[in-house]
Amino acid sequence: MPLTTDPPAARTAPERAGPPADDDPAALVVVPVRRPWRWAAIAVTAVLIAQFGHGLLTNPAWEWGVFARFFTAGTVLTAVGTTLQLTVYGTALGFALGIVLAFMRLSASPFLRAVAFGYIWAFRSIPLIVQLLFWFNLAYLYKRLDFGIPFGPGFFHVDTMGLVGAMGAAVLGLALHQAAYAAEIVRGGVLAVDGGQLEAAAALGIPRLRQLRRIVLPQAARSILPNAANEVISLFKGTSIVSVMAIGELFYQVQVVYGRNGAVVPLLMVATVWYILLTTVLSVLQHYVERHFSKGATR
Amino acid sequence: MSTHGAMVDIRSVRKSFGPLEVLRGVDLQVRTGEVTVVLGPSGSGKSTLLRTINHLEKVDSGSVSVNGALVGYRREDPAAARRSFRRGERPARLYELREREILKQRTEIGFVFQNFHLFPHLTVLENLTEAPVAALRRPKKEAAETARALLARVGLADKADAYPRTLSGGQQQRVAIARALALEPKLLLFDEPTSALDPELVGEVLEVIKDLAHQGTTMIVVTHEIGFAREVADTVVFMDGGRIVEQGPPGEVLDRPRHERTRSFLSKVL
Repeated sequence: MPLTTDPPAARTAPERAGPPADDDPAALVVVPVRRPWRWAAIAVTAVLIAQFGHGLLTNPAWEWGVFARFFTAGTVLTAVGTTLQLTVYGTALGFALGIVLAFMRLSASPFLRAVAFGYIWAFRSIPLIVQLLFWFNLAYLYKRLDFGIPFGPGFFHVDTMGLVGAMGAAVLGLALHQAAYAAEIVRGGVLAVDGGQLEAAAALGIPRLRQLRRIVLPQAARSILPNAANEVISLFKGTSIVSVMAIGELFYQVQVVYGRNGAVVPLLMVATVWYILLTTVLSVLQHYVERHFSKGATR
Repeated sequence: MSTHGAMVDIRSVRKSFGPLEVLRGVDLQVRTGEVTVVLGPSGSGKSTLLRTINHLEKVDSGSVSVNGALVGYRREDPAAARRSFRRGERPARLYELREREILKQRTEIGFVFQNFHLFPHLTVLENLTEAPVAALRRPKKEAAETARALLARVGLADKADAYPRTLSGGQQQRVAIARALALEPKLLLFDEPTSALDPELVGEVLEVIKDLAHQGTTMIVVTHEIGFAREVADTVVFMDGGRIVEQGPPGEVLDRPRHERTRSFLSKVL
């Protein structure tokens, strides 16, 4: 959007035929003000963009041939799939837990409020990479998990190693991390819904869960969605951090490839373009989801 | 407990918000089929009183019953309690009702808000069918038919598929009244139903309420519309400072008020 707007181009009064009378303001021709510096700025910017584009095409160091070869290579496509999996599971589990935490923070029980607050505090404080390494090393802390009576006898157990593989640890870490942020976003959205809405629903005798599902959440969704989309996109790119656990997602995979063939820049471009492409898809998706939830809204 | 078939029976109700006592012992009886209009300056506690009747506001002490049933509580006398060893010595107990039971009570009490509180993301028709489907488990089709009939009754048959924000304030409030009626309540409560409206839209809403009054609907209306009170009310109640100052037929309270406070209020609003 331009910071300044031009006045509409020369305006004449078409309904008046014949030579305009000097004293008729509607018939006067408006001459727009000249803006020479704007044209200078446009020229400079255009030259810079052209130079950048020219460099991309002509500098051999970009190695577009290598880029093209690997962009749709099997290993890279598989890695893109893994990245998407991490994103989908992380988002789904993260937001599911986030919604629960948000309503715990809004609960009338001080205990539930405190627990949710503590969770959010802890998981926002610990760097994601540290957390991921923790989950990766879970088996070191707890060799096996028993299911049974709390503090009492267990009925069956599983080995932690088998339960939480590298992929499981990654999903767990991403989801638990995401849940803390999702909780605050959901809480913000719920608080943004006018209190009268809940009151009206209560006055009509609508059951509690339905009040939330049918009245509050659809309205909260409008303010949740822009932030949630930010989170999903940032999680999608954040999955690259999982490469520290040697999981074959996109960023790890291109590192492996350029470690072998030395073509660092073209392979980083492979990853970059995939991230840009899929982020674009997510942005388009966001537009349609937001449109769905703006039913009945005037802005 | 109930006095001569009173539909609403309010007994020495007190309610404080923090240090501020907004209801200081209110007694009020409303008989079936009667229209009660509550007048009073802002801050007199009239809206709070109305909100205690469907338990949107919990009372601190006293009781509210509708149709002979306590609102929000179940009373158990020690004589009736199974394991009462020292009969008569224990005071009667009030058990708070579960939310589900309170919600069920509310389906018999329609409430119309000052600011309508229509659900903006639902169409007018969906606003009307939501509660009958969710709370009374009516089939969707049947609820929609009832809803269309109600919309016709408030003069908005052609707005069924519109969203609330596209309607004028007066139309929104008429939808809100229809929404309250969709549950076929035994009692209707109006909390300043015309206070948020432009002056030229007040009439259309009052017409709908008058129409309901003439059909014998029991209702309590908190309002500043003295003309409406004179025309429709069976009883006018004047509140000030958390108490009922005086009540009686409109001819008495509005034309020959006994209390100085009522006189000075009426002289300002008339």
